Amino acid sequence: MASVATHERLVGGSVAHNPPGRAGFIGTVKSEFTKIRSVRSTYWTLFAMFVVCVGIGALFSWGQTERLLSLEHGVTLRGQGIPPGAIKQVVAHRAAEIRSTATAISLFGLLFGQLIIVVLGSLTITSEYSTGMIRTSLTSMPRRGTVFAAKGIVFGAVALVAGLVTSFVAFFVGQLILSSQHVNTTIGHHAVLAQVIGGGLFLAATGLLSFGIGAMLRHSAGAIATGIGLMFVVLLLSNFLPSPPSGWFGQADFDKWIPFYAGSHLWQNQLLGVNPFSPWVGFGVFCAYAAAAIIGGLVLFLRRDA
Amino acid sequence: MIEARGLSKRYGDTLAVDNLSFDVEPGKITGFLGPNGAGKTTTMRLILGLDRPTSGTVTVNGKHLNQLAWPMREVGALLDAKAVHGGRSAYNHLLCLAQTNNLPSRRVSEVLDLVGLHDVARKRSKGFSLGMGQRLGIAAALLGDPSILMFDEPVNGLDPEGILWIRNLMKALAAEGKTVFVSSHLMSEMENTADTLIVIGRGRLIAQSTVAEFIAANSQQSVRVSTPQRELLTAAAASAGATVRDDGSGKLLVIGMTTSQVGDLAFENGIRLHELAPAQASLEQAFMELTASSVEFVAGLPTELDAQPVGKVG
Repeated sequence: MASVATHERLVGGSVAHNPPGRAGFIGTVKSEFTKIRSVRSTYWTLFAMFVVCVGIGALFSWGQTERLLSLEHGVTLRGQGIPPGAIKQVVAHRAAEIRSTATAISLFGLLFGQLIIVVLGSLTITSEYSTGMIRTSLTSMPRRGTVFAAKGIVFGAVALVAGLVTSFVAFFVGQLILSSQHVNTTIGHHAVLAQVIGGGLFLAATGLLSFGIGAMLRHSAGAIATGIGLMFVVLLLSNFLPSPPSGWFGQADFDKWIPFYAGSHLWQNQLLGVNPFSPWVGFGVFCAYAAAAIIGGLVLFLRRDA
Repeated sequence: MIEARGLSKRYGDTLAVDNLSFDVEPGKITGFLGPNGAGKTTTMRLILGLDRPTSGTVTVNGKHLNQLAWPMREVGALLDAKAVHGGRSAYNHLLCLAQTNNLPSRRVSEVLDLVGLHDVARKRSKGFSLGMGQRLGIAAALLGDPSILMFDEPVNGLDPEGILWIRNLMKALAAEGKTVFVSSHLMSEMENTADTLIVIGRGRLIAQSTVAEFIAANSQQSVRVSTPQRELLTAAAASAGATVRDDGSGKLLVIGMTTSQVGDLAFENGIRLHELAPAQASLEQAFMELTASSVEFVAGLPTELDAQPVGKVG
């Protein structure tokens, strides 16, 4: 129990009241970094994202080599009356196909890893509301634009670093597995480095999109569900919905606007559907979605009662 | 110094704060009193800029909170002890707050010592008891050694030792010349702590005065009487214009008469008295009388005035 005497000795001990300047962006960035590094959920979600991306990428790569092997052994073709010479041709054709999409195969896990960065992006802001911390945060730093910007930048930086590490590790692990059948590619190969970096950028942008959604909805479950719905469910639905009436516009004209298709062309080329946007234009569209969510979140963050 | 002018806040159809104007001055403890739902917390949220007023203004040290150069060095607040992320350690919780205002990390250690949480500084706060949570909230409020401190219901859930500690802390802060603004629905707590009072009910200002003035002005005189002839005394007092209640322990409470008046009345009517004493007017009583019409939730207000009137004849 601290006595009153102790209190009188201590209060104000190391606090200057009117130092020059004012509480601003740099201190708030430090604060937000302390926040994100001091809760376990950050480590758990980033670890989960890493494991899912690398693990599923590795499994998918392994699956490709296994299928190629069984093709080589003629398991699927024998008995269909196909001569051995033709089998060799089919295998070579298939191997070339795998090699041309080797980067995308090793990054396949990002399709699922994106859902985990959605969780972290949402929680970064919604946990402030679910715990009540937001009231303490905005009392110590009432300039809300500064708080929002610091939070977004710190989360964006963490997500980018984690995304790049994940993407690179997934790539190298996947290529290692593919190299057993000599169907791998290398980081120095044409456009490969851009694709791998693109994987990291995609994860960071997905996180920021869900950060914006979290700021708008202020509710963890709602924001996570919306983020996953936007990134994943829309993607699945597009494969099952009827095509638009002919003469209006083609299915691809619609599909290319789907967030996942727009954003993912940067790191995967032929795995999923059609990508009429060029990689960087598509990523630009995806970033525009994220920006819209963030701006919406900021406007509400500034206006609403906390 | 906190200055509110015509402060109003409407949530949907509810006017939570209705045209409040008051000053909270430095160097003393200002109690902010009102029944549950009176608008105390909303008022504090308006002061802190968490809510935007529907109309009116409120300033701290002459400025809106978001215009202060170093907010934590001017205002510290304990709004609710649960306004922390339970997954974060006490130390990191305070550190992330300190960093926004460029406060040194040794200040975090200082306030942890001050509130007695030094030994659990590295523990996650979700495991804290209510009292420890309250101390953590107070540590956060004290971080910037601000000149204005606001505490919303600080003794809620605390044990007697904790209550005494907070009371002494607030007195020490006021003695240092700080502005201490503390809300409570516990009138007895205010009576022991506050120098002046701001009383609200249903969002409206009911009174602003010193504690002594408030009691004197708002509590009716009453006299505690013990008599075997209760009905006779009740009738006599009622016909003399006083109100009589059972005080809950079998004695009568004659409201609106002095001891000598009650004594004379008993003598004139030949009523035997076993006890005659002035009932100490408490802040609680004064408060209940004043806010009787402005209580939002009537049930569950434990006070002797809840006792049934014995009767009033004539």
